[in-house]
Amino acid sequence: MKRLTLYAITTLFTAILLIWTPGCQSPGGPATGGLVSSNDAASQVYVAPGQYDEFYSFLSGGFSGQLSVYGLPSGRLLKVIPVFSVDAEKAYGFNEETKPMLNTSFGFVPWDDAHHPELSQTNGETDGRWIFINGNNTPRVARIDLSTFETTEIIEIPNSGGNHSSPFTTENTEYVVAGTRFGVPYPQNDVAISSYAENFKGMLTFIKVDPESGHMEIAFQILLPAFDYDLAHSGKGKSHGWTFFTSYNTEQKNTLLEVNASQNDKDFIAAINWKKAEEYLAQGKFREIPARYAHNVYSDVDHQATSTIIEKVKVLTPEDCPDMVYFLPTPKSPHGVDVDPSGEYIVGNGKLSADLTVHSFTKMLQAIENKSYETMISSIPVLKYEEVVGGVVKAPGLGPLHTEFDANGNAYTTFFISSEIVKWKVGTWEVLDRVPCYYSVGHLMIPGGDSRKPQGKYMLALNKITKDRYLPTGPELDQAAQLYDISGDKIKLLLDFPTVGEPHYGQGISADRIVPNVKKIYPIEENKHPYVSLGEGKTKVERQGNDVHVYMTTIRSHFAPDNIEGVKVGDKVFFHVTNLEQDWDVPHGFAVMGARNSEILVMPGQTETTVWEPQRPGVYPFYCTDFCSALHQEMQGYIRISPANSNTPLKWSMGEDIVQ
Amino acid sequence: MKWLPRLLMILGLAGFLSLFAFPLWRITLVAPQYPTGVRMYIWINKIGGETAGTLQNINILNHYVGMKFIEPESIPELSYFPYVVLALGLLGLLAMVINKPWAYLGWALLVIILAAIGIYDFYLWEYDYGHHLSPTAPIKIPGASYQPPVIGKKTILNFTAYSYPHTGGILAGISIILALVAFKIKKSWS
Repeated sequence: MKRLTLYAITTLFTAILLIWTPGCQSPGGPATGGLVSSNDAASQVYVAPGQYDEFYSFLSGGFSGQLSVYGLPSGRLLKVIPVFSVDAEKAYGFNEETKPMLNTSFGFVPWDDAHHPELSQTNGETDGRWIFINGNNTPRVARIDLSTFETTEIIEIPNSGGNHSSPFTTENTEYVVAGTRFGVPYPQNDVAISSYAENFKGMLTFIKVDPESGHMEIAFQILLPAFDYDLAHSGKGKSHGWTFFTSYNTEQKNTLLEVNASQNDKDFIAAINWKKAEEYLAQGKFREIPARYAHNVYSDVDHQATSTIIEKVKVLTPEDCPDMVYFLPTPKSPHGVDVDPSGEYIVGNGKLSADLTVHSFTKMLQAIENKSYETMISSIPVLKYEEVVGGVVKAPGLGPLHTEFDANGNAYTTFFISSEIVKWKVGTWEVLDRVPCYYSVGHLMIPGGDSRKPQGKYMLALNKITKDRYLPTGPELDQAAQLYDISGDKIKLLLDFPTVGEPHYGQGISADRIVPNVKKIYPIEENKHPYVSLGEGKTKVERQGNDVHVYMTTIRSHFAPDNIEGVKVGDKVFFHVTNLEQDWDVPHGFAVMGARNSEILVMPGQTETTVWEPQRPGVYPFYCTDFCSALHQEMQGYIRISPANSNTPLKWSMGEDIVQ
Repeated sequence: MKWLPRLLMILGLAGFLSLFAFPLWRITLVAPQYPTGVRMYIWINKIGGETAGTLQNINILNHYVGMKFIEPESIPELSYFPYVVLALGLLGLLAMVINKPWAYLGWALLVIILAAIGIYDFYLWEYDYGHHLSPTAPIKIPGASYQPPVIGKKTILNFTAYSYPHTGGILAGISIILALVAFKIKKSWS
């Protein structure tokens, strides 16, 4: 009896063990991380084939208008995301779906100057949901969705002359900001340029970000004197609720600024109490003024963008709204303004100053309470310098531009002129270390280095000048980045790599905050594109006057339809191509001979449209441009173009001949 | 301890009826382009993959060599298997009520026989897919067939196919063992 019970229990136990065996059969599986040794720079940046980098980094493309994504520490280029400039590779700005993304109040603008990427944050930490970036030339802010790595929203900024101090986020992504670098007449108007001081203004814009969808809307603008608002950062922790903007050209000059805007010993950091601004907004103390700006939103369900022109904006003025804006005198023509992880210290990187000035948030609040004002400018109190300064890093280098922080209370400041990065201690202001950069570093990036929780063991220098660093490529060279190890007392150079365009600023984030949310395909059943073909059986060709709509599908390895007749010279042909694939990394491309357009590259489950206006009778091939499969070369078709006055009936087929 | 055979049988039946909740079998295909594998799950009433697109992806891969599309609607077994499983479940309950050695043994043997028939049917189905190839297939390899293994591992062109029972199948197998143990206990008491 006992023996039998034991037997039964053993059987049960075996049975339970067996239940777990399916897991043992699984081939493949997640890759394990590589090891690095401590001293060897090469091994520290070596990410073995097939292994993943530990960090994503996002570097702005500057005048390329795009955002490039590199893995760190390897420096491998992962993707170039088109944002403000058309991109023939991805049909961004060429297909019908994304053309509205580049719409502005000036019409279609195919380029911009992309400066500062900024990751969304939750509780002051980068959360990996979205990354924002500003367009400087035709003022705009874009949002990129990090589940697709595609630009999904662009909003134009009215009353701005150059969106430079942007899009720096608040600690829960309540707002991203957009301050104008160039003063412009307010309202924009035909006035004498020499009337600058009288007619020109500088506008700071707060863009509300929907916490769920990420959708942006301009909540309010703040009208300030026409200084050049250069960079910004929002407070964090104790200083949450404030945003700080640097300014230069407080001289308000409009010619030869390199001299004329460099005369004042101190310019200002504008401290904006945006919680106060919200109160004024709720009290209705705004002026709603006519404006004209585009708001463009791309949908992953419709697979297309819509552009809306908005005609009004709410403006708050310091005259109507006291205690909302204060000026902190800061030597001299400060560039970056950087808040340390605790939120207490506000670093003004005075690029023409011999020292580095650090303001104290606590002292600032005290000075405001005591009304320690030096003077008032346009109803804005200028706080006394001595009352707000928290510390000075003495003679650290020449031309400080930008500071980021590590998790151990250290700050790292770039020096453009002396081409170096200097490490100093927050609170004691002593210089701890310095390393050269190759050459003339602008900004730097430490993953999370402008958030409450720096993740950094790495620091990336983003350099303006490259010269002899790589094999020469003629007069035009790429820009450059250098990766440093900042995990020890001494900064160590690890890697040097060229970048796409000019990296004005970067952001870094550990990969595990992004990877789990990355999409592999778009579910075809969720595709709500108005011209989708949900299956080969739904493909067709429709004529509406001179517009011919081809509802086409792709699947390995054919188009449906792949023979089309009855299209005429003078027609406008819309190829609406739906990729029926539901497998990761199986896009299909489409290109037709003579199209004055780019290819389209359609991701699995997506629909894209390219327009073709045939010019001459004949039979024209089209084909798949992305090597999709073993029979990719066979993925081709023909469209017959008849003369304008012909009667060729509109017919199409796949797998059999068209009978006319 | 009088309750032990019935307890074993009820546990076994719970595992057996989990065929309604878990797949019977899993076929995994691994290739250079599919390093983590493509997984197809065979249930008593459907064939599916780890994603909505998996079956389409397998069909796309198969069409190069002229294999038929796997269309679950066209496999009649999937429509009547659930009734067979349900009937066996009820018979198992009956065996438990009867609680005699022959009832447990009878049920176990019945399940073994039907499982053997089922696995043979699976083999035939695989044979059909692996051998009846389209004459217009883009890739033709003289003499080649593409039948996946019933159980175990096999290399088919660039793919390595793994075919093993999955949770439902394993639990159903365990239910047979438990019924046999119940039989043995019951018999030793009589």
